[in-house]
Amino acid sequence: MAKLMTTGLSALYDALRRAGYTVIGPTVRDGAIVLDELRSADDLPVGWGVTLAPGGYRVRRRDDQAAFGHSAGPQSWKPFLHQPRVKLWEADRVGDGFEVREERPEPPRYAFLGVRPCDLRAIEIQDRVLMGGRHTDSAYAARREGVFIVAVDCTEPGETCFCASMGTGPKSGPGYDLALTELIDDGSPRYVVEVGSEAGSAVLAEVPTEEADEDLQACARAEVAAAAEHMGREMPALGLRDLMAESLDYARWDEVASRCLSCGNCTMVCPTCFCTTVEDTTDLTGEHAERWQLWDSCFDLGFSHLHGGDVRSSPKSRYRQWLTHKLGTWHDQFGSSGCVGCGRCIVWCPVGIDLTEEVAALQAERDQRASGERGAP
Amino acid sequence: MARMRPVPYRVVERRRETRDTVTLALEPVAARIAEPSPGQFTMMYAWGVGEVPVSVSGGGAKPRVEQTVRAVGAVTRALCGARPGEMLGLRGPFGVGWGLDEVQGFDLILAAGGIGLAPLRSVVLRALADPRRYGRIVLLVGARTPADLLYPDELERWRRCGVHVEVTVDRAAAGWTGHVGLITSLIDLVDADPARAAAFVCGPEIMMRLTARALVERGVPPHRVRLSLERNMRCGVGWCGHCQLGPLLLCRDGPVVPYERAEPLMAVKEL
Ligand SMILES: Cc1cc2nc3c(=O)[nH]c(=O)nc-3n(C[C@H](O)[C@H](O)[C@H](O)COP(=O)(O)OP(=O)(O)OC[C@H]3O[C@@H](n4cnc5c(N)ncnc54)[C@H](O)[C@@H]3O)c2cc1C
Ligand code: SF4
Ligand code: SF4
Repeated sequence: MAKLMTTGLSALYDALRRAGYTVIGPTVRDGAIVLDELRSADDLPVGWGVTLAPGGYRVRRRDDQAAFGHSAGPQSWKPFLHQPRVKLWEADRVGDGFEVREERPEPPRYAFLGVRPCDLRAIEIQDRVLMGGRHTDSAYAARREGVFIVAVDCTEPGETCFCASMGTGPKSGPGYDLALTELIDDGSPRYVVEVGSEAGSAVLAEVPTEEADEDLQACARAEVAAAAEHMGREMPALGLRDLMAESLDYARWDEVASRCLSCGNCTMVCPTCFCTTVEDTTDLTGEHAERWQLWDSCFDLGFSHLHGGDVRSSPKSRYRQWLTHKLGTWHDQFGSSGCVGCGRCIVWCPVGIDLTEEVAALQAERDQRASGERGAP
Repeated sequence: MARMRPVPYRVVERRRETRDTVTLALEPVAARIAEPSPGQFTMMYAWGVGEVPVSVSGGGAKPRVEQTVRAVGAVTRALCGARPGEMLGLRGPFGVGWGLDEVQGFDLILAAGGIGLAPLRSVVLRALADPRRYGRIVLLVGARTPADLLYPDELERWRRCGVHVEVTVDRAAAGWTGHVGLITSLIDLVDADPARAAAFVCGPEIMMRLTARALVERGVPPHRVRLSLERNMRCGVGWCGHCQLGPLLLCRDGPVVPYERAEPLMAVKEL
């Protein structure tokens, strides 16, 4: 049964703090809406929106007081769960051998306030990669376990969003503790809340609410449904996996490679990209050694290094690896697509490469080949 | 993250195989890794230098692990330099092995190029330990020069135990009376029933493609031709993303992959 929060977001923020959470959420910094620890609900980007384009991002003033009137920013929640740098272990020489220790600081208990539906699904996808197989990444698991998630449905998708065609939004899927829909009347927001867990229910009990009547709920549903009709981008829904498998020798890869800088920005901002490398070090005495795990990118030349040479030495093969993994072979490896349609890779690509456009071009090339095979009319 | 922590192993024996290759026999200092099966690999750690994937080349008495390492870069050089008494780290064993148990009763055709003989040595040793479980054992070995041939004494011993061993080199040297040329030229010498055989192949990728194709042409069913593939590996447990080959994560779905699966993937350049 949906509720209506009768006061602003401060009550929810305070309830999360009282429950012992460190609250992370969107806030305006250096001309962008970033995710960081919120010291109060006032840190939320109230009245701020964003303008998105391939290779372009700008914050802008809204003419209302929406706190969630913006879509995906430069960061996802990934750095908080799958950290860019993790010390895997350290070791000391003892006699003619060594002793290995894993000491991990107690992870913070995070509440994520304002997780968009695409990002909620991205967290679920990383869960599957890092905890769903035979081996569990315990550093990730320790941080993930206690996270309290306040999802926020999207009522105003951005120019580069395509969650509707990936089936990940704009309505929040399962996995949240609380889910909000932000409704703006006369410039000021109201929040309809749904409960997704016992923890969510316990926190909401500390927040002033009333039953949301049927009209209000219908209104919230309608806003979200309308958002699905206003996606800035569209990804062909069916057959992506087959298209990726069939297109490995297409000319389009050469074309995109002529623009791609292999900078790896797309992999850093993508909420599902999980690849890492390791770095082994010793101190000057050689008595103390450490191993660190760092984010890595398949656009890096050394990523596929073998003694005989790098497997993916051309930029073309690296872009192809990225896209075919994301949209195709991710299904084989982890049972779902690796793309949630957040559009970040489009926005933060310095040359504005747009994966929806690349897919459309690959599809066109396939159609062309098929008609070529049937013989010109 | 127990899987990420190297388990200390002591070098108890170091045998120089060739100019650039040594076999290390390792024993656990205290805790030990699970017993590897032929075709699986460990992540071998050299103190402060780094960690690389290396196949298990044999077992020996139970907790002992043998691995044969060719020095090609920083980590493998450090591993090859490890003296008896020194400590290394092992994680694993990881990956899918050759599946020897699934091919009981079959003839075994083993084809190795260069260091690729290391993971097949463990097959020969396992099969010879219980020869009634398999039919004929044929071992085809390719090396660059006679001096690069791994395990020459063991090859003799295996011959005496009934293994049909054929060796070829790319470049002969004075005194070499054996075959010269591609390993595929040895396939015609194979005295085994292809339809009743399983073939395991490990070596440079081009050698594996040609050898596997020739074996299939000779009548070995493609699903019973298995290749041990190599990609960069940082974790061994399926999280680092480095070992992808199309749909496969080779540390998890390999390194041993049936030819029917591997063939279309190896055919794509830079996949
Ligand atoms: C499943 C598997 C089994 C193997 N079995 C054996 C074996 O039995 N004997 C043997 O001698 N070699 C084996 N190799 C190859 C061995 O792992 C490489 O030769 C070694 O990683 C080279 O590292 P390096 O630092 O000495 O050389 P460099 O070429 O300088 O390597 C640089 C760095 O790349 C990284 N790297 C990760 N994976 C690889 C890789 N596969 N190849 C090259 N670099 C890599 C390492 O961190 C390495 O330090 C195997 C590889 C795989 C994937
Ligand atoms: S591939 Fe691009 S659109 Fe898809 S989830 Fe990653 S960053 Fe978002
Ligand atoms: S697609 Fe764009 S962001 Fe990704 S590596 Fe190429 S240039 Fe960089």
